[in-house]
Amino acid sequence: MQHILQIIYLISSVTFILGLKFLGNPSTARKGNLIAAAGMILAIFATIFLYTTDTGEHLGNLGFIFGGLIIGTVVGWMIAKKVKMTAMPQMVSFFNGMGGACAGLISIIEFRHLVSSGHYEIATVGTLITIFAGLIIGTVSFSGSIIAYGKLEEKIKDFTLPGQQFINIGLLISLLGLSALMISGNIENTSIFYFILVLSVLYGVLFVLPIGGADMPVVISLLNSFTGVAAACGGFLYNNNVMLIGGILVGSAGTLLTVVMCKAMNRSLVNVLIGNFGGAKTGEAATSSSFVGSIKEVTKSDAAIMMKYAKKVIIVPGYGLAVAQAQHVVHELEELLEKNDVEVKYAIHPVAGRMPGHMNVLLAESNVSYDKLVEMEEINPEFSTTDVVLVVGANDVVNPAAKTDPSSPIYGMPILDVENAASVIVLKRSMKAGYAGIENELFYKPKTSMLFGDAKKSLSELVSEIKSLG
Amino acid sequence: MLEFITTNIQMFYLIILMIFVGIELIGHVPSVLHTPLMSGANAIHGVVIIGSIIVMGQAHEILSLILGFIAVVMGTLNVVGGFVVTDRMLEMFKKKK
Repeated sequence: MQHILQIIYLISSVTFILGLKFLGNPSTARKGNLIAAAGMILAIFATIFLYTTDTGEHLGNLGFIFGGLIIGTVVGWMIAKKVKMTAMPQMVSFFNGMGGACAGLISIIEFRHLVSSGHYEIATVGTLITIFAGLIIGTVSFSGSIIAYGKLEEKIKDFTLPGQQFINIGLLISLLGLSALMISGNIENTSIFYFILVLSVLYGVLFVLPIGGADMPVVISLLNSFTGVAAACGGFLYNNNVMLIGGILVGSAGTLLTVVMCKAMNRSLVNVLIGNFGGAKTGEAATSSSFVGSIKEVTKSDAAIMMKYAKKVIIVPGYGLAVAQAQHVVHELEELLEKNDVEVKYAIHPVAGRMPGHMNVLLAESNVSYDKLVEMEEINPEFSTTDVVLVVGANDVVNPAAKTDPSSPIYGMPILDVENAASVIVLKRSMKAGYAGIENELFYKPKTSMLFGDAKKSLSELVSEIKSLG
Repeated sequence: MLEFITTNIQMFYLIILMIFVGIELIGHVPSVLHTPLMSGANAIHGVVIIGSIIVMGQAHEILSLILGFIAVVMGTLNVVGGFVVTDRMLEMFKKKK
């Protein structure tokens, strides 16, 4: 039986690798996801029915196991099917937190088992390291993900304690120090163990709380790779290759994805990690900056005329588009303009929205053709030949301060060069600063005009204005 | 510590190789697919559920049973939610002309 189980684990491991590979290509991505899912189901059932302990016993408590599986499946399925496309990032964060909690719980049970069976003192260093690593990484990933979820749902505000960086570093050192102490000395102390658990929860919370603005996608991706590593710890603990392979794959892929995102924002991972980029710093920038000049509003009919008689229009979507659920209207506008022989493209900034690729997912939902979505490097040279840029609910990704103001928290982040276009129309709810909390000089430029209001409403009014122009 | 590494040397080989595989797989992905990819990877680390099943299947006392049960539920949420959300995202990509 063990042989069959091992072969099934081997097959599952291959499906994970293949699945990830297929996910990297638009034409095979869906298949890749299904392949990995099939491998996962196979591995789960094989474990339930074929796994035997060291003493050759099969797993018990099958009723509880199936009960848990059924509850998790029904709830997970319903949440995943019901969630709106705009809420995808927080959903990923939530499910990630669940995986982290699962890894943490495994460590807690294994620790309790070691203590109650009196095996703690003879446990190998390796076993103890994986138990503690699984506990800390899994728990941090859990509490961090839940905070990230709350922040993206806008239930939790950015919050920075005075000297937060030092508190975070102190917490991290005590976590590692206490674990090292318990592992190296084989000290069997349940209170210290639970103290480490509490510190881990606290670290996860404090780690994510101060991080705001454009850093959110990075944090989710990082926590995602944390959970991968926590799962791999379980693989070590049980000498289980499929857990190890799945976990490490996600750990390394997730870390690389995180680095790619950091690069896109010109921010070092260390900076993100110690919570350097937070509300306090951006708050200062917001109050210190004041621009000469005034903002100019444009009427819907003027904006409609500008776009209808343009040769080329580039739409810059941002989080505001997602919030307003305006992806369908913007597609309608695009089709209408194309009918009037206007060339329309979308400029996709790598961190527009709350996750990389957020805008692509959203626009794909409303059937916007794949080749109309142009990435930043490719579209930037095109702005100088563009008549109208329509910024829909984007802010930080078009903020020239990223290039001109070294004191700005987003300084150095590559942006979309919309100011090179002949004119810029910005659809925005109000003059409030963007998610990073900083003022945008673009709005004060003479060639920029503002159109205030909900993105969906403004866009549908633009559509009817253009239609009425005949 | 050294003994720990040598007795588990195959696992360490696996880890190193998988790190490279992971990096290779992600390295050439267009940024449009980053969100589905992150979500798909999120579902794959749900493999941690295997650990919770093993723990649960050997639990005897009540607290371990309760904790194990919660772990199984959370692990399942990670797996099912992760794959279904990813599929929903990718479904939209497929519809494109």
